[in-house]
Amino acid sequence: MAGRRALIIAALLFMALFLVMPLIVVFAEALSAGVGSYLSALADPNVASAIWLTLLIAAIAVPANLVFGVCASWCIAKFDFIGRNLLITLIDLPFSISPVIAGLLEVLLFGLNGLFGGWLSDHNIQIVFALPGMILATTFVTLPFVAREVIPLAQEQGNDEEEAAVTLGANGFQIFFRISLPKLRWGLLYGVLLCNARAMGEFGAVSVVSGKIFGQTDTLSLAVESLYESYEIQAAFAVASLLALLALVTLVLKAALEWRHRDELFATRRKTST
Amino acid sequence: MSATTLNRRSLWRQPSILPGFAPSLTITLVWLGVLVIGPLGVMLWFTAGLGWDGFFAVILRPRVLGDLFVSLWTAFAASFVNVFFGLLVAWVLTRYRFPGRRLADALVDLPFALPTAVAGIALSSLYAPHGWIGAMLARLGITIAFTPAGIVVAMIFISLPFIVRTLQPVIQDLEAEQEEAASLMGATPLQIFLRISLPAILPSLLTGFTLALARCLGEYGSIIFIAGNKPMVSEILPLLIVAQLDQFDYQGATAIGTLMLGVSFVLLLAINLLQAWVRKRHGG
Repeated sequence: MAGRRALIIAALLFMALFLVMPLIVVFAEALSAGVGSYLSALADPNVASAIWLTLLIAAIAVPANLVFGVCASWCIAKFDFIGRNLLITLIDLPFSISPVIAGLLEVLLFGLNGLFGGWLSDHNIQIVFALPGMILATTFVTLPFVAREVIPLAQEQGNDEEEAAVTLGANGFQIFFRISLPKLRWGLLYGVLLCNARAMGEFGAVSVVSGKIFGQTDTLSLAVESLYESYEIQAAFAVASLLALLALVTLVLKAALEWRHRDELFATRRKTST
Repeated sequence: MSATTLNRRSLWRQPSILPGFAPSLTITLVWLGVLVIGPLGVMLWFTAGLGWDGFFAVILRPRVLGDLFVSLWTAFAASFVNVFFGLLVAWVLTRYRFPGRRLADALVDLPFALPTAVAGIALSSLYAPHGWIGAMLARLGITIAFTPAGIVVAMIFISLPFIVRTLQPVIQDLEAEQEEAASLMGATPLQIFLRISLPAILPSLLTGFTLALARCLGEYGSIIFIAGNKPMVSEILPLLIVAQLDQFDYQGATAIGTLMLGVSFVLLLAINLLQAWVRKRHGG
């Protein structure tokens, strides 16, 4: 069918133009001055410190939101209470708020003229324009990721096994670790994967609360900006290529999870497609 | 036993034999309260502290109104473009089988996975006057980078997956019988699409549009590198907030932040109402 073929070609052209080209140009620009200068750009100690800071922020924000996601899915999926849908809406709220506002909120709370600013400066504690503010802002923007994957899954799976376990005398921890957690594990992993990608790549929110000192308070995303603004284009793309690799690894793992564990990830779709 | 059952019975929740309701709800509410609701409340409280006069003095500044207009029209333009191309991509990926389909399907999520700063410098490099695409367009006399069109391009990139991922399950679930019946009765593929498939997809298309619009309005990282950032022409509202903060104008930043929240809220509400109307009309 000619019409079908034309539609496929049009869709693929659009994707090539808007998705593939930006990805290719990152690596092309990064390697534009040869492999040697690519590697030397990455060997800069400031890059190493940016990698470390990025990992550190993700290592705090992601587990925190994992615990939150598990708690939220437990109370929302296992119980029926008034205000449950409102709670789900509120959990999704950070998705519809600009990351810049997420940063602004931290400034309003912990900045010098902020709500706790006076108290914090009296006690010589710095949150904004320092690491704690960056962690808080990242946690804010990544808050819904695990919860929104796990809540629908847990709702779909129902509570029959858990209720059976209660009648057989299991306690809460046994039920959670032996029944609920194994049922949700692939969904949790999926949420963690997306949460981590965002946490490591977040730019807007952290850029507002970072001190913007390359080598000290720059994450990888902020290092990309610092280098780009100081016209070290090739070095900026070299650092960007690391983040692009992270994105590719995330996509591969995500596709692998969807392929191997489709039934355990998308309970709703399984139901409708059979 | 009867005492505990009595204790569990409450007006606002259904009884359940499962444990852990109170601790899990407490952690959820505290986490949400401390991180999201509380800080948003503080921002609104600070805004209230400005008073109506103070608030309007900020948001009626020409630069604020001009940037709001830029943010709105670019976000609407990009979301409209993605209504067409997002529908095309979702339709092709769901309905047709062709080599490389799974790869293409995985690639749709790239804008979710690729950090926005990386997308920003990549798009800027592509569309700059000497870039791969920019050079070609320059020969036609078209400039994208450092103009409002650059903002639209970045927004198209960032919001594509919202529409595609919202539509895919719906297209998957479309029932083939109606289309086949229409085809047997002599309808053309275009007629079938416009009369049968499209009305069924329409509510989800609106949902996807809403998600895309919200993302476009708030987006910062992928836009600032490709936009010219010229006030009232190619400067978006989130960038203006950052500019106010850089000048230590916290009141200005707060008022603009509240304005952005208000605008998103009104738009989302309006689109939800429109969606309810569409659903009612098409009985879906």
